[in-house]
Amino acid sequence: MDFRLNDDQRALRTGVRDLLARRFDREALRASVGSGALDRALWRELGAAGFFALRLPEEDGGVGLGLPEAVLLFEEAGRALLPGPLVATHLAAGSVPGAADGETVVTTADGPLVEWLAEADVAQGDVSGAVPVRSVDPLTPLHRLPHARGPARPPGAGALLTAAEQLGSAARTTDMAVAYAREREQFGRPIGAFQAVKQLCAGMLVRVEVARAAVYAAAVTEDPVDIAAAKLLADEAAVRGARDCLQVHGGMGFTWEADVHLHLKRAWLRAERWLPAARAEEIAAAALLETSVETSPGTS
Amino acid sequence: MDLAYTPEEEAFRARLRAWLRGALPTLPSRPDPLDWPARRAYDTTWQRMLYDAGYGEVHWDAPPTQRLIFLEETELAGAPYVGANFVGLLHAGPTIAAEGTQAQRERWLPPILRGDEVWCQGFSEPGAGSDLAALRTRAVRDGDTYVVTGSKIWTSHAEVADWCELLVRTDPQAPKHQGITWLALPMDTPGITVRPLRTLAGSDEFAEVFLDEVRVPVANRVGEENDGWRVTMVTLSFERGTAFVGEVVACRRVLADLARVAHKNGRWDDDALRRRLGRLNAEFRALWRLTQWNVSEAQATGGVPGTGGSVFKLRYSHARQELYDTAAEVLGPDALDLGREWTLDRLSSLSYTIAAGTSQIQQNIVAERILGLPRGR
Repeated sequence: MDFRLNDDQRALRTGVRDLLARRFDREALRASVGSGALDRALWRELGAAGFFALRLPEEDGGVGLGLPEAVLLFEEAGRALLPGPLVATHLAAGSVPGAADGETVVTTADGPLVEWLAEADVAQGDVSGAVPVRSVDPLTPLHRLPHARGPARPPGAGALLTAAEQLGSAARTTDMAVAYAREREQFGRPIGAFQAVKQLCAGMLVRVEVARAAVYAAAVTEDPVDIAAAKLLADEAAVRGARDCLQVHGGMGFTWEADVHLHLKRAWLRAERWLPAARAEEIAAAALLETSVETSPGTS
Repeated sequence: MDLAYTPEEEAFRARLRAWLRGALPTLPSRPDPLDWPARRAYDTTWQRMLYDAGYGEVHWDAPPTQRLIFLEETELAGAPYVGANFVGLLHAGPTIAAEGTQAQRERWLPPILRGDEVWCQGFSEPGAGSDLAALRTRAVRDGDTYVVTGSKIWTSHAEVADWCELLVRTDPQAPKHQGITWLALPMDTPGITVRPLRTLAGSDEFAEVFLDEVRVPVANRVGEENDGWRVTMVTLSFERGTAFVGEVVACRRVLADLARVAHKNGRWDDDALRRRLGRLNAEFRALWRLTQWNVSEAQATGGVPGTGGSVFKLRYSHARQELYDTAAEVLGPDALDLGREWTLDRLSSLSYTIAAGTSQIQQNIVAERILGLPRGR
């Protein structure tokens, strides 16, 4: 057993992080706030880098990697707050022509919401009667569907990749809070020297590390209960992380200019999508009644 | 990201399982929790069985992954945990192994491994808890002996221990971390008074130890005089490695039992409670994965447990309290019955956010040592 990232996985993570730092820096992030438009050139670039085709077999023009690698990509996307229906397009890469190379933008109806409907080239699921809403997240246009359609999907890659984005966002807000706490001075010293602030930051890191273990493990096992657990913990890490980051930033955290609110709003949105907490908790609860005492947790 | 165990690791697991199947039925029945000599005898018998089967040193020499498997399998099989051997196997022993002389290692380590000698820990004092380095128990050199006077607190197994790993102040003038010395104190030395300390769970789980001009040979000093703080830190880092593996396995079993009880008594139909049980399932699954993560890190860094232990302990101690608070919700009025196992477990869970570094101290450690926030209050 070696749960750590292997060399290829570390290199992949570094590669995506560099690509996003180059092509989607803070200036690009702020420019896309409220624009309602997707950067198609960036989308194609992501396609060329294998973002969408990552898990397709090589003989089908894919990269031939698995969920653990996909989770690392989406963690970086979450860290950078990359906008767009990334999860839906990634999942459609094998079935919708053009999705794999970033030519076609795909969105999916999930429960009562669909994101990026006006910008997407293909909308999966029944989106008839969709009504635009004023999205709380200035980086994600939303439509509301008149009623949720069909049975809820079992937890799968969509929920897990969304959890990975939450994990990346939670890690980023922890970094932002720590950086600010080191630099901002009050009472003649950095606010990070005060225990009350330290403890907020420590709590953020603990939630990130617990969520990371859950998300990475679910990527390896692909077990629906592991995925439900990962989504619950990553949602918690992202939402509470953004809240605490906002708190550490004080008055600045309440401004439009600080990036904190963008993380919080996206975290709220992702928490509601793919596998909301109520369903994830029900899945994890139901699994308890099926647990056999003889089952080894390490091998299940 | 590989959660599969290697063929060697699986072979270790299979061998251990087979041995446990044969060995556990030969253990005497569990002792009365209030009978300390019986508890000592039970725990040391178990350690001797492990030693004879080649598992005596698993806490010291085995690679972290094997230690994980050992703790997981022994818990699943219902085997005892280290009990009275805790300090010997997980504190004093590793310290002596790392910092002791050849003669000291030969004198003290084999009896720990064979279950012949039991150790207790004399670190904390009434005035030195989280701020351990503020300890004031004095040791004055008199020829070949130290004369020790002071008091220690929270000392588990003091009533039945043969040895005490003792921190004393040898230089009151030096800065507090630089005047401390580590001594091995034989518990039958004249001048020692042990007074049991009753916990809120009603058990005599620890004791206070009073030392009145107790003479300890200088030969019993591990490390240099006034270098005891550094020597001790070697010990404390062991405590936060794989210490809670068995407990996480046990908590997952309790949680499954809890769900079955709730299903039977109708509490399962309460949406809020059922969802809370679901969240706890997610929590303990994640804590198991975090354990595997930390063990993988320790394996890669040559077995030294890192700061990941503090992150784990913070979350686990809270989750354990949450688990037994939820158990009380499932049990309803039965949660007030001390005859119920979970009622006692709920009471003992209250120590988890305090013992071995309070959650507040752990948060400071995480903030300063992992996140790099400035020291200060």
